[in-house]
Amino acid sequence: MRQICWTLAALASHWRKHPANLATLILGLAIATALWSGVQALNTQARRSYDSAANAFTGGKAQNLVAAQGGLFAQDLFVALRRAGLKVSPILEGSARIGKKTAKLIGIEPLTLPRDVGLAPLAGNRSATGMLTGDGLSYAAPGTIRDLGVLAGERPLTDAGFKLPPLVALSEAPPGAIIVDIGVAQKALNRPGRLSRMIVAPDMRIDATTLTEATDRALRIVEPEEDSDLARLTDSFHLNLTAFGLLAFLVGFFIVHASFGLAFEQRLPVLRTLRALGVSARALVAAMVIELSAFTLLAGGAGVIGGYLIAAALLPDVSASLEGLYGAQISGALTLDARWIISALAMAGGGALFAGASGLLKTFNLPVLSVARPIAWREAHRRYLARQATFALLSLMVAVLAGYFADTLEGGFTVIAASLLGVALLLPLALEALLRIGEALSKTPLSRWFFADGRQEIAGLSLALMALLLALATNIGVGGMVEGFRHTFIGWLDQRLVAEIYYEAATPHDAREIEDWARKDKEIVAILPVWRSKTRIGDWPVEVMGMTPHTTYSEHFPLNAATPDVWRMLHEEDAALVSEQLARRLKLSPGDSFDLPTTGDSWRLRVAGIFPDYGNPKGQIRLDHTRLAQHFADASGIHYSLRVAGDATTRVMTRLQETFGARIARIVDQAEVKKISTEIFERTFTVTTALNTLTLVVSAIALFASLLTLSNLRLAHVAPVWAIGVTRDRLATLEMLRILVFAAGAALIAIPLGLFMTWALVDIVNVVAFGWRLPMHIFPQHWLTVFATAQVAALVAGLVPVRRLARAAPAELLKVFANER
Amino acid sequence: MCVRGLSKSYATPQGPLPVLRGVDLTLEAGETLAMMGESGSGKSTLLHLVGALDDADAGDILLDGVNIAGLPENGKATVRRETIGVVFQQFNLIASLTVGENLAFQSRLANRYDPDWMARLTQRLGLDNLTGRYPEQLSGGQQQRVAIGRALAARPRLLLADEPTGNLDEPTGDAALALTLELVAETGCGFLMVTHSVRLASRLQRQATLAAGTLIST
Amino acid sequence: MNARLFALLLTLSPVAVNAADYGWLGEAASGFATPKPGAPILFPQDHAAHPGFRTEWWYLTANLTGDDGKSYGAQWTLFRYSLEARDGSGWDNRTAWMGHAAVTSATEHVFAQTMARGGVNQAGVDNPPFRAFIDDWFFEARDAQFTAGRLHARGARFGYTLDLTRSGPFVLQGDKGYSRKAGEGQASHYYSQPFFSVDGAVTIDGQKIHVTGRGWMDREWSSQTMAPDQKGWDWFSLHLTSGDRLMLFRLRGAQDYRSGNWIAPDGGVTQLAGEDIVFEPLDHTSLEGRALPTRWRVKVKSRNLDIVTSALNPKSWMGTDFPYWEGPIAVSGSTRGEGYLEMTGY
Ligand SMILES: Nc1ncnc2c1ncn2[C@@H]1O[C@H](COP(=O)(O)OP(=O)(O)O)[C@@H](O)[C@H]1O
Ligand SMILES: [Mg+2]
Repeated sequence: MRQICWTLAALASHWRKHPANLATLILGLAIATALWSGVQALNTQARRSYDSAANAFTGGKAQNLVAAQGGLFAQDLFVALRRAGLKVSPILEGSARIGKKTAKLIGIEPLTLPRDVGLAPLAGNRSATGMLTGDGLSYAAPGTIRDLGVLAGERPLTDAGFKLPPLVALSEAPPGAIIVDIGVAQKALNRPGRLSRMIVAPDMRIDATTLTEATDRALRIVEPEEDSDLARLTDSFHLNLTAFGLLAFLVGFFIVHASFGLAFEQRLPVLRTLRALGVSARALVAAMVIELSAFTLLAGGAGVIGGYLIAAALLPDVSASLEGLYGAQISGALTLDARWIISALAMAGGGALFAGASGLLKTFNLPVLSVARPIAWREAHRRYLARQATFALLSLMVAVLAGYFADTLEGGFTVIAASLLGVALLLPLALEALLRIGEALSKTPLSRWFFADGRQEIAGLSLALMALLLALATNIGVGGMVEGFRHTFIGWLDQRLVAEIYYEAATPHDAREIEDWARKDKEIVAILPVWRSKTRIGDWPVEVMGMTPHTTYSEHFPLNAATPDVWRMLHEEDAALVSEQLARRLKLSPGDSFDLPTTGDSWRLRVAGIFPDYGNPKGQIRLDHTRLAQHFADASGIHYSLRVAGDATTRVMTRLQETFGARIARIVDQAEVKKISTEIFERTFTVTTALNTLTLVVSAIALFASLLTLSNLRLAHVAPVWAIGVTRDRLATLEMLRILVFAAGAALIAIPLGLFMTWALVDIVNVVAFGWRLPMHIFPQHWLTVFATAQVAALVAGLVPVRRLARAAPAELLKVFANER
Repeated sequence: MCVRGLSKSYATPQGPLPVLRGVDLTLEAGETLAMMGESGSGKSTLLHLVGALDDADAGDILLDGVNIAGLPENGKATVRRETIGVVFQQFNLIASLTVGENLAFQSRLANRYDPDWMARLTQRLGLDNLTGRYPEQLSGGQQQRVAIGRALAARPRLLLADEPTGNLDEPTGDAALALTLELVAETGCGFLMVTHSVRLASRLQRQATLAAGTLIST
Repeated sequence: MNARLFALLLTLSPVAVNAADYGWLGEAASGFATPKPGAPILFPQDHAAHPGFRTEWWYLTANLTGDDGKSYGAQWTLFRYSLEARDGSGWDNRTAWMGHAAVTSATEHVFAQTMARGGVNQAGVDNPPFRAFIDDWFFEARDAQFTAGRLHARGARFGYTLDLTRSGPFVLQGDKGYSRKAGEGQASHYYSQPFFSVDGAVTIDGQKIHVTGRGWMDREWSSQTMAPDQKGWDWFSLHLTSGDRLMLFRLRGAQDYRSGNWIAPDGGVTQLAGEDIVFEPLDHTSLEGRALPTRWRVKVKSRNLDIVTSALNPKSWMGTDFPYWEGPIAVSGSTRGEGYLEMTGY
């Protein structure tokens, strides 16, 4: 023990002398951990929110009843079911604007609310007393209360002018929701006597026949599993996040590995001396492991805090895109979770151990007597390059194999990861080649030295340069994908959203009346009912939508592939338009047939065409309007699109709202839909871009750190040249130039690698993850930006070490020659 | 070369540490001088000052009538390139360059590359067959010969050596010194060598000892 | 007197109380009517709800014999409780309703609970003819005179439908329907109908058994029923072989408050003084960590009554939101008979 203590003290003294090296190490580990744990925190938060949302009404096992045709239903149905002995509890959901925020308002009935759903704390008499006496009570999760900018105990005022009961924090409340009594909700949402769903007590199961008898087809059962689609649908989104987290960790890990390697080299004499003084190899390794653990705790702890900050900063965008894409409500206030803290520390520890492993191994096998032979760097360098080449080839082989055999998301990411790693490993070889060419071409001794010495520098800088390469390639790859997506998506939206107004009636009955009214309005050119139903093909939720024969569709609706007479076929035969993701899943092409499960039956349809449906996590099928109504008895009759004349959009919308008020559940115009859609996608990619940028920053830090630690070693290489008569300024310029050349090399390789990555993302990952393939776009101006970024990163990273060289006192350079060394 | 009243002190945490306190020294072209003194007496310091590698606090260093003590960085570099050759005990070869490139490096840098002289020098130093190798592939004696060759390739006016044989065994060291003296005589440059060895010092024309910050001829 | 009242009051309590702590019931109930001695009880009007009072219940217990020769018991209860004196229609209604139902045999005791908000017709009481309902459970009279009626309830493991035929008058408990619960004036309005004959079917775990027997209906309404020191009570309703009926209770407090009524076969009622009644627990049954006296010795000195009651099923535990013991009992000793026992606050 004492041996270990003193050894530790001796080892630690190294860090006192090289604080920059220590800082790099800690920083690298901390950043790697931070990026990883930040992403993990986001994922955990989201998953927890899905659970709490899904459990709120199902507890994972309770059935729900909703209006068969969508929308709201009369509360009399609730009374009827109860009086028939079915244990159901009424719910009314809606959204309420409170200041600048939108909250989901959930009305519950505490006395009938089942005791084993997520909202169980609100079930029973005591809760009823609180909610129903005096001013009553509203409940919301602490995070929601914070998000709304109100305090517990306050009475939030909705924009409609309704004063909700005083708020109480309830951690079980779903994120973004305010829970009130059903009566309060009906008033606040202006939906008297109406409900949006009923929860069935989990110990009771209702079958479709009973329900049909009791309610005459007005209601439909939602099985508990259906709600948990959310977790499945969002899986790919989270896998994406995780992949980026891992990439960022990898980049951070490169830093750690580099600094450990350097520290080991620098401490080799100390280690030898310690061994010579009688410290056992075991004790030495033990001391080093203790040292490593200390770093892990320190850096891991800092990383967890950093990760928390990153997650907190990204959470608004993540939750906005999850809500927009999947309708998933994520709590806006990050909760600390022991699980991800532990996972982050484990990741830091694992990373540190892995990064330090080679050093530990070498220490264990360190010969006590050093062979006093100058380090044959050339031989070592050759071995190093050979090793790099071997691993690079192995990685590339994995990439090729994965690309060949795997058509899963994991496979896609394997292709990307393995090719990134493979090419990154090839980077030193490529730079070596580049420098050799330079050397061969150079005329002056100094330029020869410039290139020759650069080769020697590669090994020391390679890890940092590889990190830079990865970051640059990812930047190009992901940037290309995102940019390409934006192009495609906006173009597609323009085509797809042709109708000027979209609305949803409160009930099918209201819908009929609105339809009649609209027919008489002179400014309304066409009324396009878009009735919808739901089904499942396999275990995949599929939306079924109706289309009326109209030029709005035949002239504008974007199709990827179609039979020649697609529109005639759609309306006159048993045919359907199938969304790209569904077609891919079912391996359908135009002309193929498939079976569509309808209400209690199955319907054989031919594929008339395939349409892109970007961003929809579910499958979609479009059918002729009348055929849809025939086969789907429960098709909702409440969704409509309107074509209006010229600039009448606003006028028509106002007239509709004034005439029908609450009987129109929702109404938006085209511009609004486009705005919402693009916003969702922008926010989705904000996260990606942020992680991307962070990765780039990290790689610049890696470069900086490596250059800083290298600068001591560089002095020994530079001093003889200086002694012979080259000024420090000149040498510093050359050093900087060399760094820029390296970065340029990395950037040049990053461009094709990034393009490959875009291709892999667009052609493999997106297709598997989302079910649609984007046209591949190429953005050369982006490459220039990335190249410039690389140069700037290198410049910034090199500035301090190079300035240190330029300012080095002669005495410092002379130390290299000091005989006493 | 003429050194007058040269002083140098180092800044240390304990305050300034005076190392040279007014050193005077003259060395004519073709003259050889061995400098001795206890370890830490300031021999290397003096050599560095004379070699335009460091800045003096006070005093003059005249090389061919030019006072290098007052030169800016650029001028000093030129002096190092063109007028001076240095040989250190170790670490003065450029590891990334071949022996041939190392030999030619300084002279090319100084734009004084003379292929005939280079060839002769290489041959005299016995390095003919080694020019394609890299420094780490040479023995200590061979490395030191490369260093000597490189220092002399540009035909400097002054050759400086700091314990050039300190890393070599006695016969090898003796041979290296003999070779150096021959070549010095051939180029006609001045030669200032720091050494611990009285035996080696005796082979030079003059000897001096550095003590208490001043140089005393012996 | 009825434990379920306490249970209800407790469940609705905004104050955190534990099941054995009935203390807050001593609070005055502001805004609600107070039972008055001498206030007339009229039929059929008083079968209906009394919204001016805070709490109220309709309940029926039945001692039954099955075609299989075994003894059974059935319980049907509907509680009404005003959450606050203010009231409104629809969801603004501030009435809570709770139904309890149970079937007991020597080996089984199965029960259910259901709840409802007033104002939306999920639960309520119509009158005349009388009909109390919650969900699909109901207790109804065939006519305004309540010559006959029907009872139905159903839980996850059981159900029953029982037809009732009345063979005697409604009986006013306490002092002409004014029933004191403590020395300091806490009281309720209380009447019973102990002359029901029962014919119907009970189902336990899918097994349907035809049953016949005797029923006892209790009606009580009040706003504040307990003295602050009272912790719970024991209540007996007995059908004796003589054709007499007997209702006895004791409230356990600093000093026990005992009371009861002797009901002659023709429905003539005599109130019994507290000193006249002796309760003596004999055997205890351990249930849910509490010891409940399931065998009693009971004396009514003025009538020379000295009996022992024993539970048909000592485990007649009503594990509802606020649990209590309620089940059929057999009477032996100076006379024989059967009845129901209810115990709260243990
Ligand atoms: N860069 C420096 N900073 C501080 N002190 C120095 C430095 N270089 C040398 N010295 C000190 O100056 C003195 C002379 O050193 P040096 O000239 O190397 O001696 P010598 O070559 O005679 O052994 C020594 O005491 C040494 O410790
Ligand atoms: Mg020295």
